Amino acid sequence: MPETTGRWKRIRQRFSGKEEKKPLPKRYRRLQRNIAVLMILVTVIPLTLLAVTNAMQYQKNIKAERITPMRAIASKAAHSFELFLEERLSALHFIASSYSFKILSDQATMHRIFRILREEYGGYVDLGLINSKGRQITYTGPYDLLNKDYSNQQWFNEARVRGRFISDVFMGYRDMPHIALAVQNLNDQGESWVLRATMDTKKFQKLISPMGLDPVKDAFIINSKGILQTDSRLYGKVLTKCPLQFPEGNSGTQVKELTDQEGRNIVMIYAPLVKYDFALVMILPQASIFKAWHSLRQEISYVFIVSLVLIILVIFSSTHLLVKRIREADEKREIAFRELEYTQKLSSIGRLAAGVAHEINNPLSIINEKAGLMKDLVEHDMHHDKEKLMRPVNQVLHSVDRCRDITHRLLGFARRMGVQYETLDANEVLKETLGFLEKEAHHRDIHIEYNFSESIPQISSDRGQLQQVFLNILSNAFAAVDDGGRIVLSTWEKDKNSIAVSIRDNGHGMSEETLRQIFEPFFTTKKGYGTGLGLPITYGIVKKLGGDIKVNSKVGEGTTFTIFIPKQPPGDTENEQSYGDFTR
Amino acid sequence: MSNPTAILLVDDEEEFVTTLAERLGIRGFAAEAATSGRQALNKMDGRDFDLVVLDVKMPGMGGLEVMDSIKDRSPDLPVILLTGHGAAGEGRQGMHKGASDYLMKPLDIDELISKIHEALTNKSQ
Repeated sequence: MPETTGRWKRIRQRFSGKEEKKPLPKRYRRLQRNIAVLMILVTVIPLTLLAVTNAMQYQKNIKAERITPMRAIASKAAHSFELFLEERLSALHFIASSYSFKILSDQATMHRIFRILREEYGGYVDLGLINSKGRQITYTGPYDLLNKDYSNQQWFNEARVRGRFISDVFMGYRDMPHIALAVQNLNDQGESWVLRATMDTKKFQKLISPMGLDPVKDAFIINSKGILQTDSRLYGKVLTKCPLQFPEGNSGTQVKELTDQEGRNIVMIYAPLVKYDFALVMILPQASIFKAWHSLRQEISYVFIVSLVLIILVIFSSTHLLVKRIREADEKREIAFRELEYTQKLSSIGRLAAGVAHEINNPLSIINEKAGLMKDLVEHDMHHDKEKLMRPVNQVLHSVDRCRDITHRLLGFARRMGVQYETLDANEVLKETLGFLEKEAHHRDIHIEYNFSESIPQISSDRGQLQQVFLNILSNAFAAVDDGGRIVLSTWEKDKNSIAVSIRDNGHGMSEETLRQIFEPFFTTKKGYGTGLGLPITYGIVKKLGGDIKVNSKVGEGTTFTIFIPKQPPGDTENEQSYGDFTR
Repeated sequence: MSNPTAILLVDDEEEFVTTLAERLGIRGFAAEAATSGRQALNKMDGRDFDLVVLDVKMPGMGGLEVMDSIKDRSPDLPVILLTGHGAAGEGRQGMHKGASDYLMKPLDIDELISKIHEALTNKSQ
């Protein structure tokens, strides 16, 4: 059980990022944030685009899949309705063509024809013959319409002009919706007569019902004025005005998405009849069409959100791990650098020790000779001349002072390893460092030229580190020049934030190839005795002090190292603090 | 009474070379000091020396270069070289080029006198 608890704690720490004892320094937090944001952008944007594109495509497909069959059904139903009207009108036309006005003027014949018509087709309510003057000559049906004068009725005139007529739906005497059909014919005298029949519209509902409408759908017939010719489940009874806006003209079956007066989002399939001013309208609630889509969209949304959460978790976890590894690598590199620096420092001290040994040997030789002389004077009883005796004593003391200066300089160089900022005069530090090499310059007759700016401001930097930088570059300059060569030391104020120190020699110079590699660790041209660490370490120190190094060199002409040193220590001391406590 | 042995001491450290000359003088040598190779060669133009004690590391003309010039003039003149500690290689190199011997600074004067005698004995043989 404790093992399980421990594992859970580790997992929780891993995701919460609390396993770090030290908080991440600002630059690592910034790096982690930048990587995380970038990764989230490059993963979430394509994922979102993919999800949106897919969703839109699915929506389009589902819509097409649901609407296309409905559109076909509506077109088919409209066609059936048109055939129905055509058939009824044809039957009437057949009677008018088959029987003469005279035969049809006989009431008994009219009854018989009406009976057969009802038996064969059904739906007929009455049948009447109207003469050229508009008077109904014979009539068979439930109403008393014999001798009724239709001469002023619009339908009568229209039937006479066009030869046929189908009325809009109207309420008959029994308050039932009806439709009137009429055809015109001519008698032997050339006078026109009209055969008229009335039908109830129950048959219309029968034509609509095979459309397979479920309770959420609606279908009805309208005339050219938008008046309902059949009852609508959603928009009212027959002969009321349908509140929807219908397309103008007769350009085939059309599908429209709209919101009706009651705020319902609907899909309207509008199928106009070709020969008659009617149209079949089918209404589908959008919700029913997109039900499958809504379900799919919900699933896509769940997948998207879960993916998003997983991606973000993985990104945060991996960037945290990555930045942690980077930080560890940085720390290791910093430690390695410090060790290299230390090694190089030891190497510098070793190199200096040889010079110092020689330098210190001269005053020691003088002390030796002066002490020997004093002994000689005493032994040869010549010590009574006080002045003669004091001269070597003073010389001994002077030589001891020389030795002390040398040892102090060496100790001052070796003592400090960590960064210690103090107010310094760069000219003084450079001169002091040159003291290590003065003897060599003297012996090799190397001419040192000082071109120091007297007005150079004091800087806040590390004396020991600067000495090491100057010593490394000066040593290289000494190695580069022949005996009798020339080294020019210059200092000046570069700008308001930094000063510059340049060390120019007229030595052998470097090729571009060498110049490119001089700051790489272990690269050396001093075969056999160079460590290849001097300049990389120098570069590292200058960078650590917030400065920079520029090198110009030409083979056969010499090399100039220019070191830029900030007047104040670098502002971001966070990293210094992180690693500044490194001690040997 | 024979003439004292004339020794030319050459070193760029004036205090060293004059004191050494004085001490050799106390011991009966006629020692003369020069503080550079050029000065040494000039002094040799003026008088004859029996032996030269020459520092290897000097600015301008180095000790070995001065010795080459001395050997050009007086091939038999013994030359004892003085080197710093840790620079015995230069002394051995000088012996290859004709130096009689070499000594490391700081000097033991008795050892120097012993070497001087040894060199002069070798020369006379």
